[in-house]
Amino acid sequence: MDEAEPIVRVRDLAVGYGDVALLEHMTFDVRRGEIFVILGGSGSGKSTLLKHMIGLDEPMAGSVVIDGDDIVTATGDARRAILRKIGVMYQSGALFGSMTLAENVRLPLEEYTDLDPGEIELIARMKLSLVGLALFTGHLPAEISGGMQKRAAIARAMALDPMILFLDEPSAGLDPITSAELDALILRLSRNLGVTFVVVTHELPSIFAIADRVIMLDRRVKGIVAQGDPRKLRDESDDRWVRQFFNREPEPAPVPA
Amino acid sequence: MAALAISDTPDGRRVLSLSGRLDATTIRRVWAEGRQAIAAAPGRRVVVDAANVDYCDGAGIALLVDLIAQRKAGEVQVAHLAPAFETLLEQFDVHELAQDRDPPPPRRSAIEEVGVLAAGIGQDLREQIVFIGEVAAALVYAIRHPMSIRWKDVWRICERVGADALPIVALISFLLGVILAFQSAIPMRRFGAEIFVADLIGLAMLRELGPLMTAILLAGRSGAAFAAEIGTMTVNQEVDALTTMGLDPVRFLVTPRIIAALLMTPLLTLFADLISLVGGAITLQSFSIPYVTFIHEVEGIVDYSDFMAGFVKSFVFAVLIAGIGCLRGLQTSAGASAVGDAATRAVVSGIVLLVAVDGIFAVIYYVLDI
Repeated sequence: MDEAEPIVRVRDLAVGYGDVALLEHMTFDVRRGEIFVILGGSGSGKSTLLKHMIGLDEPMAGSVVIDGDDIVTATGDARRAILRKIGVMYQSGALFGSMTLAENVRLPLEEYTDLDPGEIELIARMKLSLVGLALFTGHLPAEISGGMQKRAAIARAMALDPMILFLDEPSAGLDPITSAELDALILRLSRNLGVTFVVVTHELPSIFAIADRVIMLDRRVKGIVAQGDPRKLRDESDDRWVRQFFNREPEPAPVPA
Repeated sequence: MAALAISDTPDGRRVLSLSGRLDATTIRRVWAEGRQAIAAAPGRRVVVDAANVDYCDGAGIALLVDLIAQRKAGEVQVAHLAPAFETLLEQFDVHELAQDRDPPPPRRSAIEEVGVLAAGIGQDLREQIVFIGEVAAALVYAIRHPMSIRWKDVWRICERVGADALPIVALISFLLGVILAFQSAIPMRRFGAEIFVADLIGLAMLRELGPLMTAILLAGRSGAAFAAEIGTMTVNQEVDALTTMGLDPVRFLVTPRIIAALLMTPLLTLFADLISLVGGAITLQSFSIPYVTFIHEVEGIVDYSDFMAGFVKSFVFAVLIAGIGCLRGLQTSAGASAVGDAATRAVVSGIVLLVAVDGIFAVIYYVLDI
């Protein structure tokens, strides 16, 4: 397996709402097996970019090629084949409220595999145990906390062991211990199974713990303002805003005239 | 693809040699074969040889976990699994996973179910009584302090409850007038009494069907909308936000809706009465009864008390529809289906209450000879 081979190719992507472009001329690759983090301030278009990368929204221009197939133009079975390769955890968890956690995780396995119900049950239990929810498999989403819902959503996204996992703000709202455990889980899956991660997050400790590469979005330039190793960007970037972001510094107070 | 070879060693161990790619799409067959092979060698130690496994994802690890869990600890061992996959396997306590640690609660017996249901109805009645008290207090406050009412909200809701409902109210009442006239005119014509169809439509629509049908339509339309809107606000903690700001949700959310319903339901009832008479008059044209005769007949039979008997009811129906819609919205629990449940309960309780209250009105009118 070639580590440097791109698994997601984004080319000249323009995204926005109506006629207003939020991001333009977005061109970057996500390499196979890496943990790729999308950063940026509030309103910079991180989640919008993610939605376009997973084919939920149609871009104004450009292409998103996942493992050789363009998700923007694919329809029917071709699109289903692409979606089978990805798993997505949404910011809010987006668990199905009428199903228990185990049923949420079982759903994609029941739809996509021919395994027996008992085998599917075991896999679901293992996925939930991986995210620390072994004691809550029979609970409904409404009966557990927001942080637990996020972890359950990650378990559901991992149900089919996809090649690429897209995580939208996975550690937001989690306590530091759970957040660190989640980072360790992401690293383990990435290093041992070669799973590629595309993560949108604000959490600096998490970024430094897991990210192989980051891109930073900025609404002023409607695109990527910096990309590379987050540690290098923090220490060596020429851009004041980028250094501020990584060092958690506020905007300097305006100088009185 | 995944493959399984079964062999036995001279020292009595059974060896299951797995090879190929172990993932959710490839393991179905080897999983069943592996279990059978272990079951077929009772009392013997089992070694699962994973030396030739090229890839093993979460589903493959589940297979290994399941094979290990077929026997007591230590009797099934996995050997030669690549270190990367071994790390994944080590994350799990195999024998703990084998049991469901969060089993569903035991099913209640039929008697318990009846008890729970009765307790639920009792609780619901108590909540309705408390709510009636809260609404009454809020309305008294609103009458004393008219400027405290959020009139902007009231007019917005009036438009949605009243003006937007005109087409559906017109359609149903016109249809009701037509059907009533047509169905009764055919048998009455045999006795040459089709002129009395005008009496029937006038009395039935103005006293009973006009107010009731309008109220049922509004229960389905606006009652459900109130429940869904306030229910979504409850789920999104917007109602909690009002409470922590020191604002009474009843005054803020319920009062404007009840006032809007009180203003609009009687007007819609008048409109429904009129349209149904139009429907009846048009139908009776085909039975050779001209408009003038129809109007004259209706004027003769329907007096002021008949009209008021129906009109007064529409005010009570308005409070019922808006009140129950808002109550069900405020009672919304968490979860995606909760808002749907709230809307359903608003419509069902609304219609049940309408019918019950309409019955009470019938008794009162009979006793008072109205």
